[in-house]
Amino acid sequence: MQDDPKKPAEESPGVSRRDFLKISSISAVAVPLLGTKVVEAAGVPVKVYGPGKVPVELTVNGKKHSLQLEPRVTLLDALRDDLEITGAKRVCDRGECGACTVLMDNKTVYACSVLAIEAQGKAIATVEALMQGEKLHPVQQAFVDNDGSQCGFCTPGFVVASKALLDKHPNPTPDEIRRGLSGNFCRCGTYHGIQQAIAQMAQRGV
Amino acid sequence: MPDYSWPTAENRSLIGKRISRVDSPVKVSGQAKYSYDYHGSDMLFGKILRSPYAKAKIISIDTSAAEKMPGVKAVEIIQKPGATIHWEGDEVVGVAAVDEPTAEDAIRLITVKYQKLSHLVSDAEPPAGTGEAQGPLSMDDIDDLLDNQVPNQQIVSQIQQYGITSKADESTLKELKTDGATDAILDAIRNAAVHSEAAGREHANYQRAAVVTQGDPDKAFSEADAISESAYGTPVITHCCLESHGSTAEWPDKDHLFVHISTQNVSGIPAQMAQPLEVPAANIRIHQDHVGGGFGSKFAADRWDITAARLSQKAGGRPVRLMLERDSELKVAGARPSAYARVKVGAKKDGMLVAWQSQSWGTGGPGGGGMPPMPYIFAIPNQRKEHTAIRNNIGPARAWRAPTHPQAAVITMGALDDLAAKLNMDPLDLWRKNIEITGPRRDVYREELGIAAELMGWKDKWRPRGQNVSGNIARGLGLSIHTWGGRGHESHCDFSIHPDGSVDIKMGSQDIGTGTRTTIVIVAAETLGLPVEAINLYIGDTMYPPSGASGGSTTPGGVSSSTRRAAVDSREALFAKVAPALNAKPEELEAVSGTVRVKSDPNRSLSWKQACAKIGAVPITVRGNNPDKTKPPDLTNSGVGGVGMADVEVDTETGIVKVKKMVAVQDCGLIIDLKLAESSCYGAMIMGISYALFEEKVMDQASGRMLNPNMQFYRLAGLNDIPELVVHMMTGKGYDERGVIGLGEPPVISPGAAISNAVANAIGVRVSFLPLTPDRVLGALGQKAGA
Amino acid sequence: MRAFDYASPTTREQAVALLGATWGQAEVLAGGTDLLALMKDDVVHPKRLVNIKDIKDLRGVSVSAQGLRMGAATTLGDLADNVNVIRNYPALADALNEAASPQIRNMATLGGNLCQRPRCWYFRSGLGLLPKDESGKDIVSQGENRYHAILGNDGPAKFVSPSTIVPALIAYGAKVRLVGPKGKRELPLEKFFVIPQAEDEREHDLRPNEIITEVVVPAVEGVRAAHYEVRQKAAFDWPLAVAAVVLRLNGPTVQSARVVLGYVAPVPWPSAEAEQALVGKSISEDVARAAADAALKNARPLSHNAYKVQLARVAVKRAILKAASGGAA
Repeated sequence: MQDDPKKPAEESPGVSRRDFLKISSISAVAVPLLGTKVVEAAGVPVKVYGPGKVPVELTVNGKKHSLQLEPRVTLLDALRDDLEITGAKRVCDRGECGACTVLMDNKTVYACSVLAIEAQGKAIATVEALMQGEKLHPVQQAFVDNDGSQCGFCTPGFVVASKALLDKHPNPTPDEIRRGLSGNFCRCGTYHGIQQAIAQMAQRGV
Repeated sequence: MPDYSWPTAENRSLIGKRISRVDSPVKVSGQAKYSYDYHGSDMLFGKILRSPYAKAKIISIDTSAAEKMPGVKAVEIIQKPGATIHWEGDEVVGVAAVDEPTAEDAIRLITVKYQKLSHLVSDAEPPAGTGEAQGPLSMDDIDDLLDNQVPNQQIVSQIQQYGITSKADESTLKELKTDGATDAILDAIRNAAVHSEAAGREHANYQRAAVVTQGDPDKAFSEADAISESAYGTPVITHCCLESHGSTAEWPDKDHLFVHISTQNVSGIPAQMAQPLEVPAANIRIHQDHVGGGFGSKFAADRWDITAARLSQKAGGRPVRLMLERDSELKVAGARPSAYARVKVGAKKDGMLVAWQSQSWGTGGPGGGGMPPMPYIFAIPNQRKEHTAIRNNIGPARAWRAPTHPQAAVITMGALDDLAAKLNMDPLDLWRKNIEITGPRRDVYREELGIAAELMGWKDKWRPRGQNVSGNIARGLGLSIHTWGGRGHESHCDFSIHPDGSVDIKMGSQDIGTGTRTTIVIVAAETLGLPVEAINLYIGDTMYPPSGASGGSTTPGGVSSSTRRAAVDSREALFAKVAPALNAKPEELEAVSGTVRVKSDPNRSLSWKQACAKIGAVPITVRGNNPDKTKPPDLTNSGVGGVGMADVEVDTETGIVKVKKMVAVQDCGLIIDLKLAESSCYGAMIMGISYALFEEKVMDQASGRMLNPNMQFYRLAGLNDIPELVVHMMTGKGYDERGVIGLGEPPVISPGAAISNAVANAIGVRVSFLPLTPDRVLGALGQKAGA
Repeated sequence: MRAFDYASPTTREQAVALLGATWGQAEVLAGGTDLLALMKDDVVHPKRLVNIKDIKDLRGVSVSAQGLRMGAATTLGDLADNVNVIRNYPALADALNEAASPQIRNMATLGGNLCQRPRCWYFRSGLGLLPKDESGKDIVSQGENRYHAILGNDGPAKFVSPSTIVPALIAYGAKVRLVGPKGKRELPLEKFFVIPQAEDEREHDLRPNEIITEVVVPAVEGVRAAHYEVRQKAAFDWPLAVAAVVLRLNGPTVQSARVVLGYVAPVPWPSAEAEQALVGKSISEDVARAAADAALKNARPLSHNAYKVQLARVAVKRAILKAASGGAA
């Protein structure tokens, strides 16, 4: 066992002759652990990142973070393992369950199915951002009032999805609720409480 | 002696009320930390190489390339060459590396050669005449059972029932012990009957248990006025805990292990890790704040947890996080045994049940699978039962919420419902007619059936089979009853009242989403006359007094009893300190509404804070225990009854079933928090809809693989698959005075049976096996049309 | 997931140049909802991902007299909210709204929806697109094929084409435009889907270094259209059968019809038989049923999926009746 991993390769300040790798280079079998390189594509230099660690800048809950990540790292793993923001949960890791739901530019996405590198320049908001100081967001309070959680592992995803639903449809119809919350699953069976929470919010007209 | 008994209804300000879950705020805000969220400093990431084959022998393992890979810090061979793999996904090699991608890359560099062996992953009805009688066990068999993670109790009972093939010497026993045999198993082996004639025989996949006969079934059937015969069953389903199994292990020094594990059994884990790791249990600390579901699958320190600890050891003690991927979670971390049966059941024309006969089969993986308790609840006087266990290669079974009961309910309630149809009876009447043979909870069932029928609108809505059809939509009603034990487990806590007025409780329990935290603080707050916020509760750590595993609905009774006794004792100790200041005897005091005051003269009172100031320098600390015969009465009890009813709609053109309404009526003794008790029932009905309509572990015989180890095709019901749900909890006289009884299991038992019966009522024909998918529903409709 | 390198070009030409000339080198990253799952399961393992979401002209919807042009990188959610889609292509809007989940609709793109790989659980378990046992025998026909093809399954491919919106697009007469190193090409959408005959073939008429740039749907007037899907769960679920129908009526009489099935064959399945059964008739329950029967006349179920024939029939019948009764509402 040798010493620690892939150090990120230096980002080349300019484009040198040597750095111009031809497009065919991707067929090479051995994948060297490179950082950023520049290749010529359609006559112009285009940056190609990785496969080793490269600088990735994420804006999460209003705060900028500079990380060194391989392109294959998902937004979810970057949040959880690199930033230790753990509200979004890793459950299916395939975009099937909703436990990792976060807002990206105000739209719900499955953080497990977005690469951290492609989330750069987007505003990421996790469940942690919903609190208003020490106070729960009204959606969160509605979940508490109506017992919308048991083990709680799906809850952050549901809270984020519910907030997005109510932002789009303050008074959702049953069909809007059906479509709006169809992408989140719970194992303990908290749907009854969540339905009541949504109903409480709808009455409130938030 | 102080009075430990539960306060009477008029003296309760918190117990039995609707109180919000105390850990909701941290859960809804993402602040709750689960074991999966723990991030140790300098943490390594563990991954496991798993067998792609359902049955194979490991020929060779080459880890050299992985070991040389930069960033890889430890490699641990879990099963050595020569070992036999019994299911796809079984653990072979573990790796720990500086990050997850590196660990994954390292796994891909490991070469394992297997010799494939033929496997069986089907649990279809055993071909006639194939079963082999279960016989005495060899030491290899016992080793296999241990390998296959068959529950200890089951191993012990098999050894006791069938004996062994040869006497075991102490060195063999020692070997078994290192393979994980408990002392109870070793004792069973020492005391077992020896049948040397049975040595050396190979096991078949199908094992017949002895036929169980009671009364005279043949005579009873010949005298029955109506006989119904059909098949019923439920497939293997998985637990699908949203937080997968696993842990982060670290060695703060070479003699001490610290594990953050996702478990239902905080206090029980050290003893399980001690043996394989050869470290005293006392040196193993377990910590868990929150757990993302268990449902019966998280009692053990699993092979991967031991692997994480070994990897950490090899990596100089650095924390190693090893959480299962979703596919592994569904393949290896727990499955509910299947159960199917061909049932013949007979009754007199008034509906009185007289005879039962069943040929059942099912699998719990390599360990086989027992017969569910059939006929369920109804003690039919004449019975003949045969069961064949299928030992196959689908992965190990684990306890799944109310083990064996949902299966038994689907089979039994289905058979009785079909019989009612044969007799042209409303099933509600048939159930009532036979209420006398439902055992000690018969009066509860009688009362509950009435309430449930009212809430469902049964009398107005019910129609004979297949007679509530409009176009392609058929409506139907179904019902089922269920029972469970739920006595409180062993539980200990340390309870302190501090001179500044703060109160804390320390208990090695866990809240698996059932509201354990809330239960404990309500009991403590009620006893001390304080609001729930005044109680600081610490659970989830082996630094605290041990408390039982959260399984079998044993937690509420256990933790509430130990808490109550400790709270009463500490309150009495406080009264002794405060009495002189109030010019009263300790027994004349009460703690109410944040004060300590004289019962007969409430104006002589101190605020809680003032009262606690009298404690002196050292806090009051007492130990609370359950059970505790020295501090009567018994505060917990066993045995509940419940009723489930379902109203469904079936699209007869597509076979798609939609549940329109469900009703649950449940007793569980004294309810601590009505809101959370109701939540448990709502959740159980939802889980019931999910397993009734969607869930099935799909195995492919050609490849031996599970084909749906994901949440795309291992379908869970979603929010809008859930209809109107009605819960009624039995409370008041006849219930409250029984003491606290657990509620996790019972309400999940009936939904599958009730929904299955409702579908039969709607479409006029039985769909034999769950889940009630379009192919099965259309198949049943097709047979009906063809009949 | 295996390591790869990543580029995010800003023009189509750059994107094409960054892709590889053979499969296995590079994949296009759009919504990522399917691709990343396939990579995590090691079903595909490209050495490079080319993100096309920074190519501005691949996004958005525009309308002209010729019809609707939808950029390939437009998300399903944006399409579903597009007023022209809602107003003029109700069957498509309906299909879009039912697709997957809101999170997926916010991420997944139109081009990605067309290029998603089959949901076949053998394929997803790494057993291949045309799964075989060690002796080379197909394992699906007698295996766990409850969700597999009932039409077009006489070759080695038994999976079903996974898009739920493509049937509606084809029914509306959509064309797909692609760009590659040799320039642009356009083809009717149904021609984009092909049944692979060998394991190294793909189920799309797509070269490794081509990208989809847009889908165009002709202007439609005076048609009635509907999408209908049979699925088990109200929540996020994959359907068991899909049908899309576009009817051009002359008074009560069907002048022409397009009937396209989904989830029944390795490709989206336009049914000329159903179309013929409708032309010249006025829609009734019986006519719809006859058309549905015609659509499934040649169905050849595998060992465990005969029920899908019935479900597909129902989907076709209900889509026709829904279209006739006023559209996709």
